[in-house]
Amino acid sequence: MKTNLVDRVLADPNYRLLKARRSRLGWWLTAALMLVYYGFILLIAFEKQVLATRIGAGVITWGIPVGFGVIVFTVVITAFYVMRANREFDDLTEKVRRGMIQ
Amino acid sequence: MSRLTPSHRLAVAMAALILLPTLALAAGPDLGEVQKQATNYTAIGMFAAFVVFTLFITKWAAAKTKSAADFYTAGGGITGFQNGLAIAGDYMSAASFLGISAAVMASGFDGLIYSIGFLVGWPILTFLMAERLRNLGQFTFADVAAFRFAQTPVRVFAASSTLVVVAFYLIAQMVGAGQLIKLLFGLEYWVAVVIVGGLMMIYVLFGGMTATTWVQIIKACLLLGGATFMAVMVMMHYGFSLERFFAAAVEVKAQIAAQTPGTTPEDAAAAGQSIMGPGKFITDPISAISFGMALMFGTAGLPHILMRFFTVPDAKEARKSVMWATTWIGYFYLLTFIIGFGAITFVLTNPGFLDETGALVGGSNMAAIHLAKAVGGNVFLGFISAVAFATILAVVAGLTLAGASAVSHDIYATVIKKNKAGSAAELKVSRYTVLALGVLAVALGIVFEKQNIAFMVSLAFAIAASANFPVLFLSVLWKGCTTRGVVIGGFIGLVVSVVLTVLSPSVWEATLGYDKGSAPFPYTSPALFSMTAGFVGIWLFSTLDRSLRGRQDRAGFMAQQVRSETGIGAAAASAH
Repeated sequence: MKTNLVDRVLADPNYRLLKARRSRLGWWLTAALMLVYYGFILLIAFEKQVLATRIGAGVITWGIPVGFGVIVFTVVITAFYVMRANREFDDLTEKVRRGMIQ
Repeated sequence: MSRLTPSHRLAVAMAALILLPTLALAAGPDLGEVQKQATNYTAIGMFAAFVVFTLFITKWAAAKTKSAADFYTAGGGITGFQNGLAIAGDYMSAASFLGISAAVMASGFDGLIYSIGFLVGWPILTFLMAERLRNLGQFTFADVAAFRFAQTPVRVFAASSTLVVVAFYLIAQMVGAGQLIKLLFGLEYWVAVVIVGGLMMIYVLFGGMTATTWVQIIKACLLLGGATFMAVMVMMHYGFSLERFFAAAVEVKAQIAAQTPGTTPEDAAAAGQSIMGPGKFITDPISAISFGMALMFGTAGLPHILMRFFTVPDAKEARKSVMWATTWIGYFYLLTFIIGFGAITFVLTNPGFLDETGALVGGSNMAAIHLAKAVGGNVFLGFISAVAFATILAVVAGLTLAGASAVSHDIYATVIKKNKAGSAAELKVSRYTVLALGVLAVALGIVFEKQNIAFMVSLAFAIAASANFPVLFLSVLWKGCTTRGVVIGGFIGLVVSVVLTVLSPSVWEATLGYDKGSAPFPYTSPALFSMTAGFVGIWLFSTLDRSLRGRQDRAGFMAQQVRSETGIGAAAASAH
């Protein structure tokens, strides 16, 4: 790739916007996932009985909705990123690309 | 075996297939348990159907596999949805299907904690790596890791760590395959290992990534379909009420606990209820975090998974791939939880599935297999057995392809021939490597038959998290990273994770047989320490790097960043 082209892309405001937005979203979601997963693990490591507590009169404990919740959260947060990226980042990338052709 | 021509190999495999029923019968009279399995023609027939069907796909794929690009990445023509299914097919191993459902049957909630660990790496891969990988790479993850660095040292590192990860993962699959098939089909252990190795070689050798992808897609559909059927049948029995279902499982566990002499009714009830909450799986926080890190970051560093991102045309499809993969894998782990509890209520209560001591016939990993028979009869048992076999094939095919590409693309074409090898020569080396890896996998599978290899998959994850992930992560995102840093730091991560695993209880005590409690490294996974060592090593040796090469490495960052973020300048992987 020509240095010239690299400099032009780097100077493109759309490129800077794309990079800043993608990295901000990526890091926030990574932080959210780490918080949820390691929070779950540490809760089990330090306060085992919390998730073993029954919700009502039946046998189901808080562990079931929380555990299923972590799985669903993992899938949903991934889908959230992908949907936002499909809408926003691809448009911006396309704008950068088109800017370079001219 | 390696002297046979391709058409001979096909003939041998077909012959082995036709012989299957005879072999199964011949093995019959030795053991009661094997005899029972051997009469199961349904399983053999369904597996044969799967094999014949996939061999046709391989034939079709072989016609399309002309260049190295076709061989490594199916010409880049796989869609995001297809790739998502294939990734799921690559990732959902027989060990996770049978092992996790068995773990849930044995200890309930702990099995769920375990399976969640295998899921949380996927979002990390999506948020930080997937698109950038696709934009930078062509065939292997080393393309990405070595993008702006000196090719030879980084490729040598990447190929070494790929081969180490692949070797451990592969041995685990082969030994698992041998034992499982011995049980399900009544075949000799070595025959099972040879069949798996032979079929895997046929798929990869002739059909390359195209055949491997379709084997994985078909297997993913069969496994998801079969597991869904089992979960639905189980839940239907309880009128789709989770409360009734779990209550029945707790009751069964309480009754089993009450059979131990001297157990009070209160203790028995508590033992039953214990499957609904965390048990012994997580005891010390260091082990828990370390193991969690190995799974979370290891997923983003497994070479056979990373390779799948180069089969799609662009970053958008790469992103969609992980979304679908995460969805299917997450769904699958929810199903295994239901299946594990279903095994408690359907299998543990049925004397037909238990031996005199109350243990499962055929070992604890048979939970899902017995449940298949309980809810769907012999035909469904045959189906699930065939799916388990197909699952192993799909996983080993992906692993072999990743190992072969590391040798032919990274070592042969880039390091030895300095990119002047030509597609045909590279393809040839790739195929020879597949043969060599296949023979090696069969040999190692037979050698390790009686060994305790439970540590191998988690070791593969730990190495991927400690060597591959830091190298990829810092080379893509950190400007200051240099050739010297990634090579030294990467090897530090690799060596530390292997050494600490050998010193940990799972190898020191369980495999090497030293006294319990004597392991020098007390934790279950080395990742917390080895991943830190990998990151610190890369950072330290990059920062201290004052060489000319180091200056070039840093100067190349902006051009790499532009391409990783936008794909501008990226060659579409499509066929040339």
